[in-house]
This record gives sequence, structure tokens and C-alpha cells, in this order.
Amino acid sequence: MRRRSTLTTVVLYVVLAAGSVAFVYPFLWMIATSLRSPAGVGSSGASVVPREFLWDNYIRAVTSFPFWRYTLNSVLTTLIPIVGTVLSCSLAGFAFARLRVRFSGVVFAVVLATMLLPGEVTMVPQFMLFNNLGMIDTLYPLILPAFFGSPFFIFLFRQFFARMPGELADAAVVDGCGWFRTFWSVYLPLARPAVVAVSILLFMGYWNNFLGPAIYINSDQWKTLPLALAGFQSVNGTDTPLLMATSVLITLPCLALFFAAQKHITQGITFTGGK
Amino acid sequence: MNPTVGWIRELAAAWGVPGLLVPLVPFLLLLIALYAVIGLAAYGVRRRWPRADQAVAFWLFISPWLIGFAIFTVGPMASSIYVSLTSWDLITPPKYVGIANYTEAFQDPRVGQALKVTLLYGVISVPLQTALAFVVALLLNTELPGMRLFRTIWYLPSLVSGVAQMVLFLWVFNPQYGLANDVLGKLGIEGPGWFNDASWALPTVILMSLWTVGGAMVIYLAGLKDVPPNLYEAAAIDGAGRLRMFWHVTLPQMSPIILFNALTGIIGSLQIFTQGFVTNGGPKDSLLFFVYYLYDNAFQNFRMGYASALAWILFVVILALTAVTFRGSAFAVYYETELTTRRKRRAR
Repeated sequence: MRRRSTLTTVVLYVVLAAGSVAFVYPFLWMIATSLRSPAGVGSSGASVVPREFLWDNYIRAVTSFPFWRYTLNSVLTTLIPIVGTVLSCSLAGFAFARLRVRFSGVVFAVVLATMLLPGEVTMVPQFMLFNNLGMIDTLYPLILPAFFGSPFFIFLFRQFFARMPGELADAAVVDGCGWFRTFWSVYLPLARPAVVAVSILLFMGYWNNFLGPAIYINSDQWKTLPLALAGFQSVNGTDTPLLMATSVLITLPCLALFFAAQKHITQGITFTGGK
Repeated sequence: MNPTVGWIRELAAAWGVPGLLVPLVPFLLLLIALYAVIGLAAYGVRRRWPRADQAVAFWLFISPWLIGFAIFTVGPMASSIYVSLTSWDLITPPKYVGIANYTEAFQDPRVGQALKVTLLYGVISVPLQTALAFVVALLLNTELPGMRLFRTIWYLPSLVSGVAQMVLFLWVFNPQYGLANDVLGKLGIEGPGWFNDASWALPTVILMSLWTVGGAMVIYLAGLKDVPPNLYEAAAIDGAGRLRMFWHVTLPQMSPIILFNALTGIIGSLQIFTQGFVTNGGPKDSLLFFVYYLYDNAFQNFRMGYASALAWILFVVILALTAVTFRGSAFAVYYETELTTRRKRRAR
């Protein structure tokens, strides 16, 4: 390729820098505001220069409502569903990729078709189902469905297992492994990159899930962090620093995960790119 | 609650099952019973046809999905059709009313408003997001120092999602103390009322949605890295300039990824909910997103029949939009396989 002229390079940098400032600015503003006093919010406007460091806002965020209780609920409704989804989807994905069985193509087409079905269509009847089971206002409706596979991730795992060499399965079967052992001890350990990438994607999804808790949770003790924050917003609508501090705290696990696993996220995205 | 379920729960509680686990017991019993049947059947098949082990393993491995599909998708959808033909408040038994819910929905001005708001949001925000994400990905794809930092910065906002993002932007766009109007004020422009102004609320949500294009951008970046370099080399030898390379190499190579993202984007945009919930539908219903209106009917007003009818209307709308995108893209998307089959045909 031809080399870029200096002028193009400079223009490129200026455009990127300007865009980056615009993008990162609300983010910095959120952090700066979370450290101000309510009076300071009014006087500093758009500035992100921290003049005050009221760490007290964070202490208030953690103590003024049952923060740890909500965190526990959020952790439970994030980690358990991740395990459930990874197990059920990798197992099904393996079956679709490696087991040659009549009708497997047809069944897989059904799996793909359900991807187009928005969850909202089954939202009301699912509520009635859980209502019949007596599970309203518990965390179970947010946890149990994860153990029954999700079409998108079955598809991802199938793609991943299909790209792995089939000789592995042959060798394992010759060595006397059953199909489950072949999956569990041979293929699943080799699929670690896919498992990690899927887990990260799922974490972001479950951690920020709002519709589910909004439907199933009524009582305070089972609220998850996003649901609590939404309620908090309508009650303490004017205490900006407190709201920003709580928002920062909710975002923190996602940020930490991002910086800890940046490489895996990029990898996961190449799986999901859909080419 | 179902009477049998209630009876099982009482029994479980009497047997000393901890209170937290009691709601789980009926469901687990159901699952155990199901798997006992499945296990017996599998055992029988393997005894009778020892060589069918692959088929047995296959059906066992996909059984979680199959069961989930039956109890969380097919069952609910079937009952949803019935419920949409009834009037039901969850307390008194459902009353059959025919297609009254549907006729009501077509006459309900708020349904019209909800459809309008949701479709406008989808039709405007998805192309904007796609274009922005793609352009940024193109810019960031150049091999220059510092690009890693820029990539991180552009991706960062997509980590602030859902309620946290909405709460942040309620303040960014606060007419009095917000970030946006302070910046505009310094430029000598009097900022609008954003979320508080019925005519500005929807544009504000669209603007806000652009903040999180980082996710799509990373997907495009990965795709751009996958474009075979020899295509560019060949184009350069043929004397193509940068613009023509973009038009004849980059764009066709990227088109399947763009379509995939646009499709998921459209489906996702029609399911927008949080923004409606947090603002209670916005001033003068300007943020009455369809799923929020559905939620409001089902879980605030307990009109299960009407809400089910609304869900089916949403389903049809999503299906129609997906089909339109597919048809519309057929001439614009380039698939590798198409060319190879064409070549094979020619070789014959």
C-alpha cells in the first residue's frame, strides 16, 4: 500500500482524538461527579477537574441502602446462570458438531430459528409458568432457564467444536471413552478459549439484566443491583453524587473484567462476528 | 400457584427442606421424573440397538435444550395464543373474549404511539450506529502508534450499560445542571430540555445509544483484520486507488458482518425497555417503547390477555422487519461461497 502523507496522518489523529474526548468525557464526568458535593455539581457544570474528593459518597452508596444484599443477589443471578449456560450450550454444541445422527440438521435449524424469536413474546406466559410453580419473587426465574441452553451460544460452541479436528473423537472412542467422556475430558478442555469468551459475554449480559428482575422481583430483599439503582433513581432523583457513585460501583466489575481479560474479549468477538 | 405445586411445597416444608429451597422442590421433582423417563428410554434403545450409541448420546446431550425449548418456548407460546384471546387478571379465572384484545390493540392510540416511537428509534438509531461503528473501525484499523489506546477509549463506554447508563445520561442531559447544556451554553447555544421535552426525548435516547457503539466497532475491527491482504495487493497492481479499494474490496468483504450486525441491531432496538422504564414512558408518552407498554399492561395493570396480544403484534413486527432487511440486503451482501459455486459451475 502507498504510504500516507503526513497531512492525512495528522488529520486522522485529530479526528480520532476529538472523537475519543467526546466519548470518554461522560465517563470521566460520571467519576468526577461521584466525588462532588451536591452543591459542587451545580457550580462545576461540565468540568471534569476534581476539586473535591468526597469519598464519603461511596460510603453513603454502600450504607444508605442494602448494597451488599443487592450485590449478593446480582452475583448469584450472574455466576450460576453463567455456569448453567456454558454447560448446557457446550454439551449441545458438541452434539451438533461431532455426532452424526439423522435429523440433527433439522434440529439445528430449529435452534437457529428460535434465535429470531424475541424473549418478549414468551415473557408473559413464562411469568404465568413461574407463577404456577410458585417462584414469583424469588431468584429462581432468573437462574433456572439458563440451564436449558440458549440458541446463540449453542451456535457459537457448535462453530468452535466443528473447527476442532475430528480425529480427537475417533482416538478417544478407540481408547474406550464414552461420548460424554470424550466431550468432558477431551473437547471441553481444548475449548477453553471459547468457554472464557462466552463467560465474559454472559457476565456483561446477566450482570446488567434489567427486564428479568423488573418482572419477577417485588420485595426488597431479592432486588439485584440494576433494579435497586432504578428504584434509587426515582427516590433520590436529586442526589446526583450518590447516584453517580452507585453507577460507578455497578460498572466496576465490568471494567475490572474488561481490563483483566481484554485479550479474551477480542477473541470472543471474532467468534461472534458472524461471518 | 398451582394446587399440586402448593401441596408438594407444604410436604417439602414439613419434611424439613430449608425455606429458600422449597420453591425449587416441585420443579426439581418434575425434572427428575422427566430424566427418569428419558434415561429409561435411552437404556432400552442401547440394549436393543447397541450400535445406536451416537444417536442416544446426541439426544441426551441436547435434552436440556429440548426440555427448555418445550417448557420455556413452545409451551408458553401455545398458551400465549390462548391467553391473548382471554381477559385475565391472574386472580380470577381467564374469560374467553375472542379477538377483542386484538381489536382493542388496533384502536388503542397508545399502541400506535408505542409502535411509532419504537420503530422510529430502530429505523434511525440502527443505521446511525452501524455507520458510526464502521467508520470508527476503519479509522482505527490503520497501523499507527497509539491505536490500541484509542480502541480502548472507544470501547470503554459500552461497559456502562443498562440502568447505570440511563442514570448517567439523565444527568448528562439534565437541562439545568447537565454536562450537555453547560457545554452548549459555553458555545453560546441555549440547550434544549432533552429528556424533559416531548419532542426532544426520542432524539436524546438515539444520541445516547451512539455512545455505546464500541461493541459493534470491535466486531468490525476483527472483520477488517480478516480481509485477505492479497486482494488489496491485486487491486493495487491493477492500479486501484484507495477509494476504489474500499468500494470494491473492503465493503464487499465486510458486507456479511455488516448485515449480521444490522440484523441483531434491529431486533435489539425493537426490544428497548430500560429507557422507557426509568423515564416512565417519557413526557407525553414520547418514550413509550413497545416492550415497556407491554410490561406496563402485564405487570402493572395485570392485563395478561391484552399484554399477550401485544406480544404477538411485536413478534409479527420483528419478523416483518427482519424479512425486509434480509430481502433488501440480498443484492448488497457478498458471500464467499457464492463465487466459488459460480466458478465451479463455469468449470463444468
